[in-house]
Amino acid sequence: MTTIPGLVGAGLIVIGAGLGLGKIGGSAMDAIARQPEAANKIQTAMIIIGALLEGLAFGALILGK
Amino acid sequence: MLTLVPSFTMNANDDQHQSDAHHEEATHHENNEHDHEALPHSEEEGYNDGVNSKEEVAEYIQHHLGDTHDFIFFSDEAAGHHYGFPLPIILVDNGLKVFMSSEFHHGDKVVKKGDTHYRLYHGKIYKTDAEGTIQYDEHHHPTNAKPLDLSITKNVFSILVISIIMLLLFRSLAKGYKNGPIPTGFARVLEPLVIFVRDEIARPNIGEKKYRKFMGFLLTVFFFIWITNLLGLTPLGINVTGNIAVTICLALFTFIIVQFSGNKDYWKHIFWMPGVPVPMKIVLAPIEVLGMFTKPFSLLIRLFANITAGHTVVMGILAVIYIGKETLGTGGSIGVSLFLTLFINVIELLVAFLQAYIFTMLSSLFIGMAVEEHDHH
Repeated sequence: MTTIPGLVGAGLIVIGAGLGLGKIGGSAMDAIARQPEAANKIQTAMIIIGALLEGLAFGALILGK
Repeated sequence: MLTLVPSFTMNANDDQHQSDAHHEEATHHENNEHDHEALPHSEEEGYNDGVNSKEEVAEYIQHHLGDTHDFIFFSDEAAGHHYGFPLPIILVDNGLKVFMSSEFHHGDKVVKKGDTHYRLYHGKIYKTDAEGTIQYDEHHHPTNAKPLDLSITKNVFSILVISIIMLLLFRSLAKGYKNGPIPTGFARVLEPLVIFVRDEIARPNIGEKKYRKFMGFLLTVFFFIWITNLLGLTPLGINVTGNIAVTICLALFTFIIVQFSGNKDYWKHIFWMPGVPVPMKIVLAPIEVLGMFTKPFSLLIRLFANITAGHTVVMGILAVIYIGKETLGTGGSIGVSLFLTLFINVIELLVAFLQAYIFTMLSSLFIGMAVEEHDHH
């Protein structure tokens, strides 16, 4: 990871994960604003998808070490 | 292992270049008591100055993330004192050998048991000759033989302590219900959490009919991960869920439970997906088989990486006290470091709960997928 390609790769992973998390969070906020009564279900789904994305990002960071 | 910080320190590289020199030195000092020069020790250089350089900080964090054979709360580097307690070492190597880790003197001494000499080097036990010489390959990895090490290490000890804590807590909760439906004392804290796991995690994901059978596993995993994560935030230096072997074990439980509770529909959906054309069934089968393994794999990686990253960040920011001493001044570096550490620690408090929640939630989701009864069209 200390090599320059490794660091660039880590940066790319973080950018990708950040975009993904932003999209999930933004869509969830929109959905909650439209249907505040469904906020609990939307939050649960948001956290699950966020966790899956996070697992992928961490997996990439570790495998790309 | 995850390497968020450069793992090989300057000292380690020096060792590599000087291993021959050290070897000579070691034979030279053969008759002396085991003094510091007799064993090439990576903490030797700058030993009296405390933690100063970035390399030492990196090494210190690596040391924290790894497992050790003794439980050290803090060390007085200048005096060479380590405050903590030793843990038993159990080696299987031509019979069972049990002794306390204090005999190693934190890696400074070679221990002779039977005909074999053992040496503690970077948290691992190697078989060596009487001087404790470590041979290296070209990547600076020791090539000495290792005995089968079944020791009660720091992590094993922490797991045992946490098990006892959980046993006491939940026995008191269970006993409370014999006297009436309303819990008393600390059980009032635990009951809402148990109900949270039941109503928010198990019931919606596994289904009303079958969730009861899996509650034992889900509650155990939830509270084990949560209590372990919380204890990891204390200055005790426990790092159990940041150890990949522990998370592999936890994910293995989920994997085995999912496979053994899977019904006919579950296996049919893996090997012969209904409702798609035959060529598609053949293509989907290997993907679904791969999916069987990637689900627990993502579970174990997520928990391990989150906790490792959290500990690394907290310790890295704490190290600002030493690194930023010259540029910020003593007071400034302590202030910046403590403020940021407090900030990260509060986030970690949330992460500790969130990871326990996610692990339990996804486990119950996978179990739910395996036991689900499908409507047959």
